[in-house]
Amino acid sequence: MLETEHLGVSYGKTPILRDVNISIEQGEIVGIMGKNGVGKTTLVKALIGLLDINEGRVTFDDTVVADATANRESFWRAESFPQEVASTLAGTPISNAPGRLGEFFPLAAELTPDATADQRARAGMGYIPQGRDVFPELTVEENLEMGETINGDAGEFQYDAVYEFFPILEERRTQDAGTLSGGQQQMLAIGRALIGNPDLLLLDEPSEGVQPSIVQDLTRDLEQVNEELGTTILFVEQNLHVVQNLAERCYAIDKGTIVDELGPERLASRDAVTKYLAV
Amino acid sequence: MSTDTIPDAVYVVLRIFFEFTHSFGLLVLATVGLAVIFGMMGIINLAHGEFILIGAYGTTLSFHAGLPLPLAMVTGVAVTTVVGLILERTVIRHLYDRLLDSMVATFGLSLVIIQLTRILFGNTTNNVSLSMGSISYGPYSSGTYRILLAVIALVVLAVLYWVFTRTKFGLRARATMQDAETARAMGVNTDRMYMLTFGLGAALAGLTGALFTPAFTVDPEIGSEFLVESFVTVVVGGPSVLIGTSLGGALLGTIDAMFTWIGGSFLGEIMILIAAIIAIRIMPEGITGLLEDWRQKRREDE
Ligand SMILES: Nc1ncnc2c1ncn2[C@@H]1O[C@H](COP(=O)(O)OP(=O)(O)OP(=O)(O)O)[C@@H](O)[C@H]1O
Ligand SMILES: [Mg+2]
Repeated sequence: MLETEHLGVSYGKTPILRDVNISIEQGEIVGIMGKNGVGKTTLVKALIGLLDINEGRVTFDDTVVADATANRESFWRAESFPQEVASTLAGTPISNAPGRLGEFFPLAAELTPDATADQRARAGMGYIPQGRDVFPELTVEENLEMGETINGDAGEFQYDAVYEFFPILEERRTQDAGTLSGGQQQMLAIGRALIGNPDLLLLDEPSEGVQPSIVQDLTRDLEQVNEELGTTILFVEQNLHVVQNLAERCYAIDKGTIVDELGPERLASRDAVTKYLAV
Repeated sequence: MSTDTIPDAVYVVLRIFFEFTHSFGLLVLATVGLAVIFGMMGIINLAHGEFILIGAYGTTLSFHAGLPLPLAMVTGVAVTTVVGLILERTVIRHLYDRLLDSMVATFGLSLVIIQLTRILFGNTTNNVSLSMGSISYGPYSSGTYRILLAVIALVVLAVLYWVFTRTKFGLRARATMQDAETARAMGVNTDRMYMLTFGLGAALAGLTGALFTPAFTVDPEIGSEFLVESFVTVVVGGPSVLIGTSLGGALLGTIDAMFTWIGGSFLGEIMILIAAIIAIRIMPEGITGLLEDWRQKRREDE
């Protein structure tokens, strides 16, 4: 369902991810664990096409979410101009002129509302960012409505199902999201991602800053989502409890690359897991 | 109580009320464009007055070219919107989250626009005249058009309220302004959101210029006349775009009306500035900031 081939990402000249190969099948619950700063968030963002990647590619079902070699955007980009023109211009001061033209007239690109491939793929993916990132000054209901944008007008939106999973959200419908407790905000972020009925849910450290008893509820809720709605789940975690209880299998990431993959047996062993966490 | 004191009282109230509608209409219309761009995008657009100028010139020139006034006004708004969109794409979009840089850049833009206007169209224009009669009571009368402007100001506020709270565009715009990265992750084209919001602010400024064309002398300095009014209203109103503009306009409009009645329009204008200075002292976050504090306190008491 979701696959990366030799994925590499750099911020500026600093390489962050290199040669990441992961693959997730329909219906699975898969974890990615690793210590602070090893590139977990960067990986999730690359998976949903929020970052420009430098190497390899990401595919979701049959859609290419991100491809380092393809010239993604429009015809304004220098790379997409005919080769002969480009090679004639090469080395001259105006070799990059077509690119600059694109800089100057992005209006043209702005006015073509066609969703790009990665946007369309993202429609099948629900994303829960690290730190939850609900919109603080929108109400609970408006936050959920923002989940619709990803599917556009075509989607069927399941408010009832979300309210059934998280009754507190229905109760607090008209409250500003910024005034919810941390755990409630986490539920809201998950609800917002579920609104568009995604095939795949991507969670970036859902347990961060949530008290242990609520972490247990959360783990149970996510299992229930997976069972009842058939949603595939990929989550990033540093929390031992969540990794051991939620994941069916788990990748370990260190210094920007996948260093191990743990099946159910090794996941049950505390020592095997904590080796990759800062516990 | 003698019989003729009652009409006198009515006369005073009516006169203050008319004065208030003038002032309110002017303040609100002068402010909305600035308030939308500042409140939604955090950009202090010092070229706001010159967007008004473009709207006024667009209207005046197309009126004298033979268009009927309403169509000339539409043209004025359209020209301002296009100019606003082009400036957003070429200059402003590089300055988001850079408050000071954006002030310097928009100040520069305003100077350029004023000088260009001078070079292209000279220092004066022919007036656009409009006679809609007046409403009078006893010795006092008020131009119908001035009252119409106040009504339009209310309609503009209502429409904006509807746009920002009830439409998908409004929801996405507010989400983008609160957290652009998350909005992008939700599939919002935030770049387009910025462009459209800035375009909306420019269009509103253009509308103000178009509407006041018959009421003002249109010259290259017209923008600065509105700029002071609009800044004072934004400062007094505080961070909430629409409620701030409405309450700021209402408060300053009342002050203006009272003191204009007491000592003439010059005193009214001075008192607006003094009121603004006092307002900054007692409520640095404006009226809406004060309301927000108050709401917070009440919530904590509960
Ligand atoms: N926008 C950025 N520009 C430059 N460097 C960045 C940027 N975002 C992240 N980094 C760097 O990339 C590395 C990986 O960051 P990332 O956020 O992916 O880590 P993480 O594994 O999610 O950490 P945490 O557990 O703290 O959330 C870090 O060294 C970080 O400083
Ligand atoms: Mg992270």
